Amino acid sequence: MSQISLVLKRLFQRRVVLLAALMLLAIVGLAVFFPMFSSLDPNEIAVMDRLNAPSAAHWAGTDELGRDLAMRIVWGGRYSIMIGVATAFFSVVAGTALGLMAGFFRRLDAPIMRVVDAMMSFPDILLGISLVSILGASLWNVVLALVIVYTPRVARVVRASTLVIRELLFVDAARALGVATPRILYAHILPNLMSPVLVQLTFIFAYAILAEAGLSFLGVGVPPEIPTWGTMIASSLQYADRALWTIVYPGVAIILTALSLQIVGDGVRDLLDPKLRKTT
Amino acid sequence: MLRFVLSRLGGTLAVLVLVAVMVFALTRLASGDPIAVLLGDQATVEDIAQARVQYGLDKPVLTQFVYWVKEVAHGNLGNSIFLQRPVTQALAERAEPTFFLTLFAVGIAALIGIPCGLVAAVWRGRLVDQVLSAVAMLGASVPSFWMGLILIQIFAVWLGWFPASGYGNPGVSLAERLHHLVLPAVVLGVLNSALIIRFTRASVLDILNEDYVRTARSKGLSERVVILKHVLRNALVPIVTVLGLTMALMIGGAVVTETVFNLPGVGNLVVRAVLRRDYPVIQGALLVIAGIYVLINLVIDLIYMLVDPRIRM
Repeated sequence: MSQISLVLKRLFQRRVVLLAALMLLAIVGLAVFFPMFSSLDPNEIAVMDRLNAPSAAHWAGTDELGRDLAMRIVWGGRYSIMIGVATAFFSVVAGTALGLMAGFFRRLDAPIMRVVDAMMSFPDILLGISLVSILGASLWNVVLALVIVYTPRVARVVRASTLVIRELLFVDAARALGVATPRILYAHILPNLMSPVLVQLTFIFAYAILAEAGLSFLGVGVPPEIPTWGTMIASSLQYADRALWTIVYPGVAIILTALSLQIVGDGVRDLLDPKLRKTT
Repeated sequence: MLRFVLSRLGGTLAVLVLVAVMVFALTRLASGDPIAVLLGDQATVEDIAQARVQYGLDKPVLTQFVYWVKEVAHGNLGNSIFLQRPVTQALAERAEPTFFLTLFAVGIAALIGIPCGLVAAVWRGRLVDQVLSAVAMLGASVPSFWMGLILIQIFAVWLGWFPASGYGNPGVSLAERLHHLVLPAVVLGVLNSALIIRFTRASVLDILNEDYVRTARSKGLSERVVILKHVLRNALVPIVTVLGLTMALMIGGAVVTETVFNLPGVGNLVVRAVLRRDYPVIQGALLVIAGIYVLINLVIDLIYMLVDPRIRM
């Protein structure tokens, strides 16, 4: 416990990181808890209030159906953040498993990494839209497509770290003591992979939110009736010239979330890997 | 040396074959019968059965794959279901806007990224470094379509300096066509410069720790000469590499930008193909774009090997 608090203390010594972490906490907290305790309906249509500019009554204005934009951004955050968390989690699990095997077992290295290389030669968004078009557009298929896109990234990072850790003395010692291979992987190598994996987790979380918005914009993402920040922008596109706020505010929500995630991820990386520290 | 080249070529070939398998598998997994899509609602059961034989879909999957690879090797990517022309022709017609767009965007990314990265590395840890790092991270957090929409509103709708969309009517001059590319290239270039800033900073920092930099300083050379002649020149090799890879990746990133600005490029072609389930086009475009990326990678590696003998070891 004291170790964790020490890590957090050093992480938050950089005020930018602290600020970003607080912002992230606020965004996630609002998106998760506000809809639980609020009786307001984000889908309430008020035709008389269509495309109202931001005002005291509607902080971020209203959209083409007169729905309050600020509330929809909070509500849409749930889905955007859920997609980000799910994508990051599953990519990290699958990528860690693949990278660990490629890095530890010499025979598996070339086959796994050639597949990873092949997958990474497709540009992210292009692979994403192709996969969604084939799987069919739904919330979970978007997550699945993004997991397929980001798993190779994690695998590459984890393999590189595993190659280094495998050669360290404590692994030799464990082997000399007769520790079984699965236990070496699980108890000796995996814990040492935590820092690069954690960094990847925050970055993929950010990329997934951006990618979801991009897919929705292209019309091959989450179905339009599910409010995410991406689908909100996509559905208001044709009103952009009359009501720019319908585009601006959901975009700002995406930017703030992605930015704070990346700052926190960068902070964690600086802290855990002294070689990469900014002021070397 | 020969062994290195051969093993690298072997690896590339393996990756290309895997790319082909993935592209092939992707379209076979697709929901919906491509023949039914091709023939439309009016087709009878007999028509469909006949077309299956005609397109070889009654053969085993492996036979189909071998046949497809043979055709691809002869430069035949099949025919578009909706455009009534070969996929290769459709791709060639759309190549120009995408080529100029990525070229300009890489230029903009380099013009912003290299000086900013250099400054951040030289004054590392100072305020200017922190500001530039923050700006680079901001660049990586902005959705490209969102920035495109905002720029269209400001520079096309309000100020009227640039066209909001399209590539000009057919037959307009090159200058007029390029005028249409300014805003999309700025979007793609500015957002990708974030990557170049980070990378330049890292590789300049690497070089700053080299012995020959200390030697140059102790010879009494001015800091300006050391940074520009000794540090930047050596750091440029990896930076130019990343620029090459960035350009290859941008072809994919251009998908979104081309759609925002309604540019008739390769990306736009793919998006339309995806929306209409035009699988031959999706297949062909994925194969060509991934192939370009793999080959650029190979060329970069081989050039590296020629330039830097240490890699051969």
